[in-house]
Amino acid sequence: MTDIIDAFNTAFGLIVTINPALVEILFLSIKVSLTAVVIASLLGFAIGGALAVFPFPGRGALSAILSALMGLPPVIAGLFVYLLLSNMGPFGVLQLLYTPTAMIIAQVVLVTPIVGALTRQACLDLLEEYDEQLRSLSASSSAIVVTLLWDGRYRLITAVLAGFGRAIAEVGAVMIVGGNIDHITRTMTTAIALETSKGNIALALALGIILLAVAFAVNAALIGVQRLANRWAYA
Amino acid sequence: MLDPSCPLEAPDGHLASPPLPIQLKGLVYAAGSKRVIDGIDLTIESRRITAIMGPNGAGKSVLLRLMHGLITPTTGDILWAGRRMDRLIARRQAMVFQRPVLLRRSVAANIAYALGLRGVERYQRAIRVEEALKLAGLERHSATSARVLSGGEQQRLCLARALSLEPDVLFLDEPTSSLDPASTQAIERLLLDAQRRGIKVVLVTHDVGQARRLAHDVVFLHDGRVIEHQEAEGFFADSRSEAARAFLSGGLVL
Repeated sequence: MTDIIDAFNTAFGLIVTINPALVEILFLSIKVSLTAVVIASLLGFAIGGALAVFPFPGRGALSAILSALMGLPPVIAGLFVYLLLSNMGPFGVLQLLYTPTAMIIAQVVLVTPIVGALTRQACLDLLEEYDEQLRSLSASSSAIVVTLLWDGRYRLITAVLAGFGRAIAEVGAVMIVGGNIDHITRTMTTAIALETSKGNIALALALGIILLAVAFAVNAALIGVQRLANRWAYA
Repeated sequence: MLDPSCPLEAPDGHLASPPLPIQLKGLVYAAGSKRVIDGIDLTIESRRITAIMGPNGAGKSVLLRLMHGLITPTTGDILWAGRRMDRLIARRQAMVFQRPVLLRRSVAANIAYALGLRGVERYQRAIRVEEALKLAGLERHSATSARVLSGGEQQRLCLARALSLEPDVLFLDEPTSSLDPASTQAIERLLLDAQRRGIKVVLVTHDVGQARRLAHDVVFLHDGRVIEHQEAEGFFADSRSEAARAFLSGGLVL
């Protein structure tokens, strides 16, 4: 019990004094996850939209794989990117392992299926209603993709926020490819894992509280967006 | 018959004249083992309102979708002034569906979007949007989200959007089946007006009264076949087939 009270005191102390170490890892966490989510969203929108609209052999299988990858364990994503970036791997020459870039790549691998699969479903739902009307208006397949993405924008924001929630909270991928190096690749989650294993429970809990606050903020934004969408367009 | 050597296409790549009449030749559309459209031969002439009638499941909506090119016939041909459907002909058509399909955008943006897809220049779109909204009496809703309009207003917007494309042929699939009398009247006025401006209107309807008010000729379908095709006056006064008479008397009772 004292641990928890200590934790709140410590967290409060870290926040009000704007502890520079805390600020550093918080900013790195947000920078890595935000960059990964932006890249993963662009990829996910394109993949999800194309899977919904363009018919091609193997589309069903690809869609199933994409959905399955939503549950990809972060350590597997990390391991996969580790193999690619390690000195023996095909991209070893780039010397990216244990850099923030490597962490971004791993999180892109993790988040793209989430945004992609949710985008595909949002597009399919809209397409059911729009398909004949859009074809009647002589829309090309690529024009249909753009229309679905734009008209599904509120649901896509939800997909992006879900992806961000996943990225900011995961530890496995960034740990494996980043290495939790102080001042270079230490993020909120890897710091929590480290402090816990050092027995520094109060600090770990304090970091956890801050991480939770970020997650709550993301969720609040999510609900806000949905409310806005409902009010404006019955979307 | 049109001379096949006579080009419909003007030098600028547009159609020089409306792609009419529509000729259906041995048209069959099978869904699984059921022939929803079961061998239809039909010629639909230009510049009038043609009503397609018949009981539920007769194949009316499918026939409309076949003509509009949304689905492909199993066998048979559809000729537009002697020519098969292509991009140019498709761009001279528009369709209004039974349930209004509106994008999650403003009323004006819904029309501008359609004009954009049909290649209308940006600077012309605003003018055409304004004209279309005025025609449909929706000017004051211009900036409203299209999805919060009433059912009647939504369908009027769909029709305004279709008309803004200045089509040669307009297809409508039971456009007023869920509308109140006032909204229905507004739609019918727009259709008569469109016909007067030279647009060919092909209308699927259940509503005998509506067909009487609007149609110049009636195609009566039953079980995927054309039972009758004749002038509206003749059809309503003295239909030749048992099925059509039964349908009309049933329709008049309601």
